[in-house]
Amino acid sequence: MIIYSEYSLKFSIRFFMSVFLSSLGSVAYAGDTEKPQLHEHSAIKMTMQGGRAPEKSRSPHAYADGLSLSSGPYSLSGVPRIKMADEHSFWATTFNRFEVVNADPGDFGRFDGQAWFGRTYNRMVIKAEGEVANGALTESATELLFSHAIASFWDIQSGIRHDTSEGPARDWLALGFQGLAPYWFEIDGAVYLGEQGRSMLQIEVEYELLFTQRLILQPRFETTIYGQNDEDAGVGSGLSRVSAGVRLRYEFTRQIAPYVGVEWSGKYGSTADLSRAEGRDVHDTMLVAGVRFWF
Amino acid sequence: MNWKKPALFDFPGVSRRRFVQGLAAGGAVAAIPTSTWAKSTRAAAYTSVPVLAGREFDLVISPIAVNYTGRARMATAINGSIPAPTLIWREGETVTLRVTNKLSVPTSIHWHGILLPFGMDGVPGISYGGIAPGETFTYRFKVQQSGTYWYHSHTGFQEMTGMYGSIVVQPAIGDALKTQRDYVVQLSDWTDEHPMSVFARLKTQSDYYNFNQPTVADFVADVSTKGVKQALSIRKMWNEMRMSPRDLADVSAHTFTYLMNGATPSANWSGLYSRGEKVRLRFINGSSNTFYDVRIPGAPLTVIQADGQNIEPVTVDEFRFGPGETYDVIVEPKDDAHSIFAQSMDRTGYACGTLTTRAGLSAPVPRLDKPEPLTMTDMMGAMSHEAPGTDKNNKPGLMTNHDGMKMDHAGMAMDHGGMTMDHSQHSGKAHEMPLATPSRTVNHASTEYGPSTDMRVDMPRTNLDDPGVGLRNNGRRVLTLSDLHTIGGAMDPRLPEREVELHLTGNMERYSWSFDGLEFGASTPVHFRHGERLRVILQNDTMMTHPMHLHGMWSELENDRGEFVARRHTIAVQPAQRISFQVTADALGRWAWHCHLLFHMDAGMFREVVVS
Repeated sequence: MIIYSEYSLKFSIRFFMSVFLSSLGSVAYAGDTEKPQLHEHSAIKMTMQGGRAPEKSRSPHAYADGLSLSSGPYSLSGVPRIKMADEHSFWATTFNRFEVVNADPGDFGRFDGQAWFGRTYNRMVIKAEGEVANGALTESATELLFSHAIASFWDIQSGIRHDTSEGPARDWLALGFQGLAPYWFEIDGAVYLGEQGRSMLQIEVEYELLFTQRLILQPRFETTIYGQNDEDAGVGSGLSRVSAGVRLRYEFTRQIAPYVGVEWSGKYGSTADLSRAEGRDVHDTMLVAGVRFWF
Repeated sequence: MNWKKPALFDFPGVSRRRFVQGLAAGGAVAAIPTSTWAKSTRAAAYTSVPVLAGREFDLVISPIAVNYTGRARMATAINGSIPAPTLIWREGETVTLRVTNKLSVPTSIHWHGILLPFGMDGVPGISYGGIAPGETFTYRFKVQQSGTYWYHSHTGFQEMTGMYGSIVVQPAIGDALKTQRDYVVQLSDWTDEHPMSVFARLKTQSDYYNFNQPTVADFVADVSTKGVKQALSIRKMWNEMRMSPRDLADVSAHTFTYLMNGATPSANWSGLYSRGEKVRLRFINGSSNTFYDVRIPGAPLTVIQADGQNIEPVTVDEFRFGPGETYDVIVEPKDDAHSIFAQSMDRTGYACGTLTTRAGLSAPVPRLDKPEPLTMTDMMGAMSHEAPGTDKNNKPGLMTNHDGMKMDHAGMAMDHGGMTMDHSQHSGKAHEMPLATPSRTVNHASTEYGPSTDMRVDMPRTNLDDPGVGLRNNGRRVLTLSDLHTIGGAMDPRLPEREVELHLTGNMERYSWSFDGLEFGASTPVHFRHGERLRVILQNDTMMTHPMHLHGMWSELENDRGEFVARRHTIAVQPAQRISFQVTADALGRWAWHCHLLFHMDAGMFREVVVS
């Protein structure tokens, strides 16, 4: 069982890394040395995006002749040089899900937000996700990450994560990526390493389907895979949880959009066994209603 | 006002009084009581754009309450006016402008398109330290040119909050063109939001203001007319590349109100004329982020100046211009009222005024055109096999240095490579002088392969006769760059000594804009050697049109055969287009060079040029 789960974790990592890399264009480009044909758009696109700079590509500093923005002839003394927004920090807080979930044992609340602060390519990111029932936090995952842009559409993120649940709290080191895959799939995935050899892989995929400019359907898929059993936390190794849902929102403004949706979730493998042993359902279909907002 | 030199107003056939009355009358007409504008707090200030003429000017910058939309907001005004007073100068004279800052923050004024010593150029942190609150800065320089120009703040987003005005420079001797009426038509855009909030929103969600995105309904419509296969194939490449063919403008009428001489369409700025008169309209795009498509239904536009420089007159129905550009046109209106219609490039709104024989008249306002999506040509240039342009000189077949080994062997890649590639197209003369024509070899910068850049064009188009997205085959004769021919030709007969190639780059998802994939903060200056004649090649590796403005020196646009086209201070470079212009580096100092879409500039599409 342990061997299987390690294999599945490695396989999954390899699988999503290859998806990730090919979406950067670098893998595809490296193997594509032929001159693109005029009518082969898909071959051409690989050279239009991503890839590695050819060794002899032009330096962006080639025309400076050693001058800099703050020194050299005619530079102003005692006057700070002009600064644009590329040297300013921005921030935003986004709640993609902020909802009431209609579930069998009883309704509960769920939040799923992200906040970032920083410049274009390097940011601090906080991700917070959790469930609230009867006024108390029943489950939560909070991450503090440094996010660094490595490709046109991709950031790598590293940091720490703290989980709470009915069982013991768990701390993790996080290494993941977030970005936009071809065909506009928003992907957020990470590998987590915990104490005592614990490991976890989580992937979220979202898509947006515009019925109108304001009525938007958001399919969402999420899966969690664990590297080993952690019975105290109620999880078993291997594929543990899958959830898939659709949320239909109406953007009164870009920043405030109420929604309704339905979500299906299932537990698998030894995680499902643990649930069954406790007499809980392993599959669930829930209605959700909430508001997506950012500020 | 400064009336020291009445001769300044020596418009042939037009008295100085008439010129001033023209502007004043236009403003007064705009105050028709039915407009929401008339009830606003700023009605008194906007009813006329003041005119100041002479050699000495006092300009005072202060906050002002405005109301363009029904909501009161604070703006930034010069001498209490938005637009700022129109300044009338005369070529050859030395002007003195005392600018006093009554804001609580630093400010500046840049004289757009004016040749002057770099310390007078008004870019804080490059030409001087800016103007601190409470201080007065005195600009003094000799006016060396004539034509239509403008001025604006170069600090933060102050220009967007009202700090823009026009400049009319009379030629040293008379004016070659005889018109009975002469009006400045300055277009701008106004948002009730704080400009930095607008920018920050784009930083979080770059399609925030775009309500023209592809929907399921569009797909269904395409399936029913074109079939499933075709509908999917149209979308395939765009979606694979995560690019939107509907990305026509970053900021739309969702937040913008479009203004003509400071008047909303309902306020209806009007210019008066009498039947049989010729009217000169000095169009200035003083907006922050808006390309305008301008036409006057029923009255063809004879374009006589571009960026203040006389061109061989060319008659068109419509022209597009971006922030920073100016076009002077002559019209001979036939009816009692004609609309001056300027729709935004993304077709979400328009600025509109009226040319009329009687105050209070108005003409039908055209409907906004349907927005046209970007085409493969806008994404891929000459590589695309779509050919919306009609140009015969658009030769596909440019190569990039990574497409084959040829370029890597060339050593001095750019020049020699260009020669090798272009053998078939060069005349014998070109062989002797390798820089007679612009290099066609695409050289991407090494920094274009990282997160700052979402696409690169390997086979750009070099034709200048494309009116651009939304104007192709619209049934109207639309001005293109290839229609422009500055009278007198190039100012410097020398061949360029060298080429400087820079690419316009961006990443829409991150809302980041740059040259060569490097934002201003991480860049180094571009060095022009004093006295040299050089060629600048700008290649647009994005899917937006960028009006590129070089301070301090003329940009002499040429075609892809190296033939002079027009002398400009701002050149709009279309998506996937590669253009070149020549510069005589005769202006010592440090100069700004940037995209004049204010948000692109501020995001980092900005370079410093050092002439030494």
